[in-house]
Order: sequence, then structure tokens, then C-alpha cells
Amino acid sequence: MSSDEVNGSAAVVDRMAGALPEPGSAKSDPILVVDGVKRSFGGLTAVDVEHLEVQRGTITALIGPNGAGKSTCFNLLTGFDRVDSGRWTFEGRSINGKRGHQVARAGMVRTFQLTKALTRLSVLDNMLLGAQGQTGERMGGAFLRSVWGRQEKVNTERALDLLERFKLIDKRRDMAGALSGGQRKLLEMARALMTDPSMIMLDEPMAGVNPALVQSLLHHITSLRDEGKTVLFVEHDMDVIMGISDWIVVLAQGRVIAEGRPSDIRSNQQVIDAYLGAQEVEDEGSVSGDE
Amino acid sequence: MDILMILAEAARSAVGPIAAIYALAAVGLNMHFGYTGLLNFGQVGFMLVGAYGVGISVAVFGLPVSVGFLVGLACAVVLALLLGIPTLRLRADYLSITTIAAAEVLRLVYRASFAESVTNGVYGLQNLSSGFRAVNPFDGGARYGFGSFVFTGNQLWLMTVAWGLVGLAVLLTWLLIHSPWGRVIKGIREDEDAVRSLGKNVFAYKMQALVLGGLLGALAGAMLAMHQGAIQPDQFKPQVTFFLWVILLLGGAGRVFGPILGSMAFWFLMSFTDGLLRWMGREGWLPFLSGPDFGAIQLAFAGVMLVLLIVFRPQGLIGDRKEMLVNVK
Repeated sequence: MSSDEVNGSAAVVDRMAGALPEPGSAKSDPILVVDGVKRSFGGLTAVDVEHLEVQRGTITALIGPNGAGKSTCFNLLTGFDRVDSGRWTFEGRSINGKRGHQVARAGMVRTFQLTKALTRLSVLDNMLLGAQGQTGERMGGAFLRSVWGRQEKVNTERALDLLERFKLIDKRRDMAGALSGGQRKLLEMARALMTDPSMIMLDEPMAGVNPALVQSLLHHITSLRDEGKTVLFVEHDMDVIMGISDWIVVLAQGRVIAEGRPSDIRSNQQVIDAYLGAQEVEDEGSVSGDE
Repeated sequence: MDILMILAEAARSAVGPIAAIYALAAVGLNMHFGYTGLLNFGQVGFMLVGAYGVGISVAVFGLPVSVGFLVGLACAVVLALLLGIPTLRLRADYLSITTIAAAEVLRLVYRASFAESVTNGVYGLQNLSSGFRAVNPFDGGARYGFGSFVFTGNQLWLMTVAWGLVGLAVLLTWLLIHSPWGRVIKGIREDEDAVRSLGKNVFAYKMQALVLGGLLGALAGAMLAMHQGAIQPDQFKPQVTFFLWVILLLGGAGRVFGPILGSMAFWFLMSFTDGLLRWMGREGWLPFLSGPDFGAIQLAFAGVMLVLLIVFRPQGLIGDRKEMLVNVK
């Protein structure tokens, strides 16, 4: 992979093509369109999104105070939880009601807040699991190496390329459980890329990662966008969010209360009241020391 | 000299028909737990339907043994589907609760009076193995071996077939585990949500593994019916499942040859402790014990040995300690 440079002119290009900074605003080229998605647990409405569009080829951040429904929203959209009502389309195709693996096959792949490295598999095996359409994964085809050997070779090459790019190549034979927390985050992201998604959903990619690795993760996220992939991520670190996002969606109590470019969000009084005021104080102590 | 006799007898058990049959069922359990992470506490239920599949076909309907085997295997598929469809979408513990209960329910149903017309209730079914013995290439009554290490021709035939099936099952497991299919089910063992997020239909894979391991359990049950020539429901108690678990953990879960080594070691130990206790009893060294106590003491003794082994070698005889330690999250 060549594009190891951070695109310095990122801020100059307007990827949002004039979208209005208001909740539910229309985008010129939406990859994901969400309509009326609701989910409640008992009496508590966790998610109630009336309308949300995610622009193709951008980094969109989903932020909000604790309990705002960010992770639930992720689970719903990726088929890991069932909605009470609502519809959503991905690349123009309806994917509501689809299960987690079907959503992933459609090209929308996710990572998890608590990293899910497959600990007793090697790093390379972790990667190979991400490859799609493997004949050897069907029981009928599994018995004969001659049936799946070629495909395996191609997949292995691609996996090694990705590991090289994520600087995990020296660890390829190690058990994934032997990696550090930050390396597991990298592995999870690389593994997600192995599925060759058009949209990647990252649930708190920076959580628990040491400051040195944060820079490298940020760099990987921006280079994903520069390759034309769409990134939607949940994050708490405001410096990170303001630094790399093209667009920010603010959730509070399950609703979208604001949308816009980082500059719009920074000056949005509603957001400051609901979230930023309290959050910034928290951040002083915990995370922002590294930037 | 006596101790040599005891050792010879123990070695005989380690390669005997029962060790082969338990190894076969444990290979199935290894597919469930060792590779896919399915907690199946009812493997004996699969053995039961396998044994009764062949038993009822032969004794009640007079069908050939080969057809009986197929019936037993078909029953195992049905049982796996019945167990798997409601529980495999849920958390792992639901399968374990369901399987342990289902195996007991099966035993109670097969021994119940309303089922007597086909299962013959608590008395069980007899004369099952004549069809199997009819194709015995060895001389059924003759003795083969040397010293005290002898088997009858019938036993030898059964051992040949049973160990042959174990060999086939191990080969099958090896091929599957070293394929992309095996990678997916090992991934499911580690974290099924992660595997799901990579576009794999986790439910379908778990179902395939459950059916496959269940088929091996049923095959073991059918071989048990051939070995004994008679079956009755109460030999399929939950303790059989737990013997299988001990065998699996002893040998090393998630290792292709683990169940074989585990079964041989287990039956060696069981026979050795039994022989030793009886010998000590005969010599008058255990005056406070009478005959029936030996069985209980033997189980306890074997249990202590197994506990020691699990404490000092948790990965089993051929497990990978590194892999065990990595699992501490």
C-alpha cells in the first residue's frame, strides 16, 4: 500500500458538498440513509433517529454523552441488535432486518468498543477470517486443499500486505492474544479491511490506546478515507474528533440533536449545553495530555 | 508378578473396544467444545440415539445392521437440529443446559413403559450383533494375542472397526480443522460476534459442528450396541458424558489426537486402579473394605489422579500450554 502520507490538504476539500449543518440534513451522495430507527429497552428509548444520511467517502463522527445511544445505534445499523421500527438503506439497498453477517457481506463492516481479537488464533489467521467468498469455508469444499489452496494464497498475500501497512507483519505468526491493547485495535481494523468494505464503522477506535499509537491509528483512518472508503466512528476524544472528521453527528438521549462540520459543532450552543461543556472538563484530566 | 498382570490388564483396556468407542464419542465432543466452543453436556444423548437407532432397527424391525447404522446417524442429525435450532442463537450456556436435560429426557423416554413396544423399556434390546459378527473375518471364538494380552476374535473384529472409525474421524477432523472452515469455527470459539462482523453465518457453522460431533457420538453408540450385543437405557446415564469430558480434557481439548490419547489414558487408569485395589484387597491389606466398596474407591482414586493432572497439566497430555495461557483475557 502506497498512500502512507496523510493528505495535508484534507481540510481544504469540501467532501460534504454544501450539506446544511442541521439535524437530518440531506447529503449529495449518501452511502447510508436512516429513517425513523427506534429502539427502546423497557421504558427507556435508547435510539430514536428520525433521519440521518452519511456522505460517501467521508469521515463522519458520531458523538454524544455517555448513554446517548451511540453504541446501540451502531449495533442496530450493523444488524447486531433488532430495531423496534424504522428503515435504512446502504448503497441504495435496504438492509434493515438483515443479520450481522449479511450486513457485513453487503460491505458495511464494524469493529467493537471492547476489542475482539480472536486470541487463540494467529494474527495471520485473524486476518484470513476477514476474506469473503472463500470456497474452503464451505464444509463441502473444506476437505480438499486443491479446491481452496489457490484462493488461500491470494488471500494470504493480501493479508500480509495489510499487516505490513498496519506494522503488524512481524507478529503474523504470534497468537493474537499476545498482542498489546493498541496492537489489537490495529489488528481489528486491518481485519475489518480484509473484508474489503465500502464503509467501515469504528466503535471507539482510540479507547485504551497509548498516545503514540493514537497518531498511527488516526493516520490509518484518514488514509482509509483517502482510498475512497466511508468511515463512521464513535469517539470521545474531542481533539481527535475535531482533527479528522469531515462531519459530526451529535446524539443525545437517542436523538440527533445536531449535525455539521467541526467548526459548526464547536459553536453550536445546543451541543455545548448537552455535551461539550461537561465533556471538555472530563477530557482535561483523562485523555488530552497526548496531543 | 501380580503387578505385571494388573499392568497388562490395564494396557488391554487402553486399546480395547470400550476405549475405542469412548475415543470416537470424544472426537465428536472435541469438535463441539475443543474447536467450536459448544458446551455439550449431553453427548451421551447422541450415543443413545445411535445405539437405539441400530438396536430398534435390528431387534424390532429385523433390518440389516448397516441400515440400522444409517437410522442411528439420521436420529443424531434430527437430535442435533432439535437441540441447535432453539439454542445456538443464544448464549453458550443455554446449549449446555438444554443438552444435559435432553440426554436425560431421552433416557427416561426410552425406558418408559409407553415406549416398551419398540424399546422394550428397562429390559433393553438383545441379540443385536449377529449381523455384525457375521462379517467378522476373524474366527469369533478363537483367542488372539499373547500372555494375558488376549482378545477373542469377536472383540478383535470390533476393535478393528471401532479404531478404524476413530482413525477416519480423526482424519476428517484434521482435514476440516486445517481448512478455512476450521479457521471459522475456531474463530467462533474465541468470539462469535467478531466472526459475525466479518460476514460469516455463525449460526450455520455452529449447527454444522453440532451435527458433525453428534454423528460421531451416534456412531460410538452404535458401536457400543455392536460390542455388547445388547443395550438398555440406564447405561446412558449422564456419567458417560462426564467420562467423555474427562477424556477430552485429559488428552487435550482442541487437539486432533487429544481424544484418542485421553481415552487410552483414561481407561488405562480406570483399569489399573481397579486391578490394584482388588489385588490389595485379596492380599488382605484393606481389611476395612469389602468387595462392593472397591468400585467407589476406584472412581475416587481415578478422580484424584485426574484432578492432579488437571492442576499440573491443565492443557491435557498433548495440549499447548502457551495456547492455554493466552486464553486468560
